[in-house]
Amino acid sequence: MITMVGKAIRKWWGVFALPTFAAFVIGFLIPFVMGIYLSFTKFTTVTNARWVGLRNFSGVFSDKEFIHALILTVAFTVVTTIIVNVVGFSIAYMLTKTLKGSNLFRSVFFMPNLIGGIVLGYIWLLLLNGVLSYWGRSITFSGTYGFWGMVLLVSWQQIGYMMIIYIAGLQSMPGDVIEASSVDGANGSQTMFQVIIPLMMPSITVCSFLTVTNGFKLFDQNLALTNGAPSNNSELLALNIYRTFYGRVGFEGVGQAKAVVFFIIVAAIVLIQNRLTTSKEVTA
Amino acid sequence: MSERMKHSGLWATLFAAISLIWIFPIVLVLINSFKDKTYISQNAFSIPLGKAFVGMSNYTRGVERTNLIESFGWTVVVTVGSVALILLCTSMCAWWIVRVDNAAAKTLYLLFLFNMIVPFQMVMFTLSKIADMLSLNTPWGLWVLYLGFGAGLAVFIFTGVVKSIPQELEEAAMIDGASVPRIFFEIVVPIMRPSIISVAILQTMWIWNDFLLPYLTLDMSKYKTMPIAIQYLKGGYGSVDMGAMMGCLVLAIVPIVVFYIVCQKYIIKGVMAGAVKG
Repeated sequence: MITMVGKAIRKWWGVFALPTFAAFVIGFLIPFVMGIYLSFTKFTTVTNARWVGLRNFSGVFSDKEFIHALILTVAFTVVTTIIVNVVGFSIAYMLTKTLKGSNLFRSVFFMPNLIGGIVLGYIWLLLLNGVLSYWGRSITFSGTYGFWGMVLLVSWQQIGYMMIIYIAGLQSMPGDVIEASSVDGANGSQTMFQVIIPLMMPSITVCSFLTVTNGFKLFDQNLALTNGAPSNNSELLALNIYRTFYGRVGFEGVGQAKAVVFFIIVAAIVLIQNRLTTSKEVTA
Repeated sequence: MSERMKHSGLWATLFAAISLIWIFPIVLVLINSFKDKTYISQNAFSIPLGKAFVGMSNYTRGVERTNLIESFGWTVVVTVGSVALILLCTSMCAWWIVRVDNAAAKTLYLLFLFNMIVPFQMVMFTLSKIADMLSLNTPWGLWVLYLGFGAGLAVFIFTGVVKSIPQELEEAAMIDGASVPRIFFEIVVPIMRPSIISVAILQTMWIWNDFLLPYLTLDMSKYKTMPIAIQYLKGGYGSVDMGAMMGCLVLAIVPIVVFYIVCQKYIIKGVMAGAVKG
């Protein structure tokens, strides 16, 4: 059924819908479709593509560096998701409980989030190399150093963001529920795990979703802090894809195939997580 | 009561201590920006005194080598233009999608949703080629690319808002003879205002700091945004002039801090709005 307003607006599509759609076609749809197509071809520029079937994809999975980057990215995502959410939630909980979510502290913790990945990378390059220099080492000493360096950096960056979401969630939680549970004789950890956390599921959903996708897509910080050094040992997926495209001549097709694999993984995470967590939400 | 006061004083002290640790990395950059570059790598934690103190020379050298003032200008042009275009176009598009609600509108909406789950690496190569072919490798060309690639989230947030606006207002205005654009700009936009501010904040944070999209699409010989200019400081063989770098980092952080202090209330709200994208 179409309403009166709907009918009148429909013929204005050229003004209202077309500009966004046209930009969307140029900036997203065509590059996306071409990207899918090119992943099945061998090419150096877009115009000389030659169909090679699935050869690029077998190239992807026989590339040891890609597999290494994939495993490292999964580990990185798991570690940062846990640290960021546990610490972010704890700070949010203590701040709301003791200081009613004081704005001053909230602002300080949130601050790193506004700074871009490249700048963040160099800030932490200074700090981490400064500390490591006491042992005569640097962040590029080994892949493990780079990995934990990035974990620290990303935790510092994102804890404040997630904390803001958790504070809002905690503040909108009905106070009488917690009171009722303490009247019923629940102890501290029972209240936390059986009342507060189930009620906070919507916020936890959003935050874990954001940290997982951010972790998977991390690029700028990786580029600035270690650039994959030493010898690609601290290289995450996004950087690996980038360097396959722009660092290895003749590997453009493989690079595009990697990008498709990357897209499928990210999309799958988003969809699975959406399904999983929305079913776990509880209302008071 | 006094017991509670004492308690909250204790907590305040604890959080003050954590806050100091939290901003330490930024303070460290500030301290080192006045230090000679050889001293920075030798001892990052010393206070720049005596020979180590170089005044503003890191800043002047950093600005000179990166052309930072010009990059700042281009970053402003790219960010302001893109955000303005995104706000205007996607809010109109979202209204059209919700009110028309036919098969075309629904398809369009699904496409925008799909856009939100696609990582940039998927399209980076083809997008940069298309940008070259269509001569969109300029700051104003980027406005179009950001509108296209960033439309998903904005349309998603705006459609959510429009759905909650009752149609009666618009119908009444229509019966009074108001034109469609007038209804949109005089009735719908004022109601959408809070969400427009939130989207503006979210997109500003993204575009101002974005590195890869402008790096791959812009004509590097003419235009560099600030993140790109800073990345260019890192010369061949991975050597970095850490002195100039510190100066540039401070200059890159200052506008962000100013922006944060001025718009803090809206930034927190914007974050909340962006959080719905799960």
